[in-house]
Amino acid sequence: MTLALALEQLLNGLQLGVMLFLMAAGLTLIFGVMGLINLAHGSLYMVGAFACAAVASATGSFWIGLIASFACAAAAGAIVELLVIRRLYDRDHLDQVLATFALILIFSEGTRWLFGSFPLYLDIPRLLQGAVALPGGAQYPVYRLAIIAAGALVALGLYLLIGKTRLGMRIRAGESDREMIGALGVDIRTLYTVVFALGAALAGFAGAMVGALQSVQVGMGEPVLILAFVVIVIGGIGSIKGALLGALLVGVVDTMGRFLLPQVLALFVPPSQAGLIGGAAASMLIYVMMALILAVKPRGLFAAAHA
Amino acid sequence: MLTRETIVNIVLAALLLAVPLAANASGQPFYVTIATRVAILALAATGLNLALGLGGLVSFGHAAFFGIGGYAAGILASHSFSGEPLLFGLSGTKQMPLIWVVAMLVAGLVGLLIGTISLRTSGVYFIMITLAFAQMVYYFAISWPAYGGEDGLSILVRNQFAGVNTMKPVSFFLICYVLLMLALGLFVLVRGSRFGSALQAARQNEVRVATVGIAPYRIRLTAFAISAAMTGLAGALYADLNRFVSPSMLSWHMSGELIVLIILGGTGRLFGPLAGAALFVIFEYLLGGLTERWQFFLGLILLATVLFARGGLLGLLAGKARHG
Repeated sequence: MTLALALEQLLNGLQLGVMLFLMAAGLTLIFGVMGLINLAHGSLYMVGAFACAAVASATGSFWIGLIASFACAAAAGAIVELLVIRRLYDRDHLDQVLATFALILIFSEGTRWLFGSFPLYLDIPRLLQGAVALPGGAQYPVYRLAIIAAGALVALGLYLLIGKTRLGMRIRAGESDREMIGALGVDIRTLYTVVFALGAALAGFAGAMVGALQSVQVGMGEPVLILAFVVIVIGGIGSIKGALLGALLVGVVDTMGRFLLPQVLALFVPPSQAGLIGGAAASMLIYVMMALILAVKPRGLFAAAHA
Repeated sequence: MLTRETIVNIVLAALLLAVPLAANASGQPFYVTIATRVAILALAATGLNLALGLGGLVSFGHAAFFGIGGYAAGILASHSFSGEPLLFGLSGTKQMPLIWVVAMLVAGLVGLLIGTISLRTSGVYFIMITLAFAQMVYYFAISWPAYGGEDGLSILVRNQFAGVNTMKPVSFFLICYVLLMLALGLFVLVRGSRFGSALQAARQNEVRVATVGIAPYRIRLTAFAISAAMTGLAGALYADLNRFVSPSMLSWHMSGELIVLIILGGTGRLFGPLAGAALFVIFEYLLGGLTERWQFFLGLILLATVLFARGGLLGLLAGKARHG
């Protein structure tokens, strides 16, 4: 094990964490403000990726595709909110789970209908191709660094939006007392639509960015969605700060676990066994971590006071 | 005095028995297999109904128990076939009753473990944590190559039940049917018992239950473990039906489907899971015959059920549930 390899894996973990944050931030905002559990968040991630791939291949520009992913996911989010989600706010969580599960079926099959069953591919834009040298001599792709930077920028933007703007003030007010800000004359229905569309846009953006690393296909949002659930359970549902820390924790622990566990085990058992046991154990690592954190703090690390 | 719901229940139970027997008599074994699928899914959902319907515990991870039951059947059968000892020199088995006991024990123990942690939380946390633990089991099954990993595990010959030729579809159906009826009987017993009353009371008002000196946590944990064991039994039967186990039995779509069955049929009702499973399999068969995209329409139907028809099929047929 060299330092360069460890550094590379650490960056990969950060990159995963940053993407998870984009998903988890939307989920946790939607839960914090509207009290809604949204399983279809992974579908919005997929919508963003497909929009980016389709527009990029039509126009030849990844950047236009990226803007399209943002716009399409936000639009899809707004439409879904207006048609379905707003009927669910005063229902119990079971109804919300089922209705959004139904939305997943509709989104997945609908996308398969439009684009076929074969995955699409998205090229990394020329500006971000190539690699940079890391200390220790390894080459690391520029695009992955760009993802980390983009995620950090979005986190900063969210912080400013929620902490410093009028909209952010309403969102925070909505989190602490929904009825009251309605009574004070804020158009709460529009606010809900805006928050949902914002969360959807973040998910779509994440989908488009990751789409260039992997293939763009139906169902791509589901593993990410479940990791994002782990993130917000660890971080505390409703807390953006918790989502950021939880996402980085999950991203780094998952990636480093897959990298390190087989090597550590190799010190004790034969290498073939170590790879096998280590791989299986690493795939469970973040869930064990979640269980441990919950055993100490059942409401996550940064639980919102009211949730 | 028969209520409307009891009549509907009797009709449903009779139909599930009569249709496959008639199909078998007229040489249509395909429909027998479909009915077996309904019975097994209904059994799995009845297990979930104990936790979800009576206890209000929205577990989004019951696929874990379903899959564990399936793998118990698959692993025992494969060891019995290969003759290799399983654990501590114990050998595998092809006897269904033994497999069922193992499946229920293992699923129940894992349920106890998952429940111990998950039940410390409630609401959305509980939904997400049960989902996450089920994913953990799923990823473990995929990355552990000893029993087929991602490719799954075949059961070469269906396991045996003394005195019955289980390879005959109708015999295997009858086994599943009897087990389903036993499980429904157990559901009735639990619902009417002191334990069941406490469980339902804890759903309606946790504080009051705690005030009269009953710990809701322990009641819920017990219910969760029983529920897991029942779903595990269904998993073992499902593996024998398909003669194949794969990680897809553990996937979160399966967990979602089990909840869907209960809601389609009617939450918390004795025959809700059966009505839902029948409806689901019929949808799958009819829509699947019309279009490859049947899940799209299933999604629409499900959405409409949640938004506009909250009592499910039994709510439609038998009127409102007596208690909420």
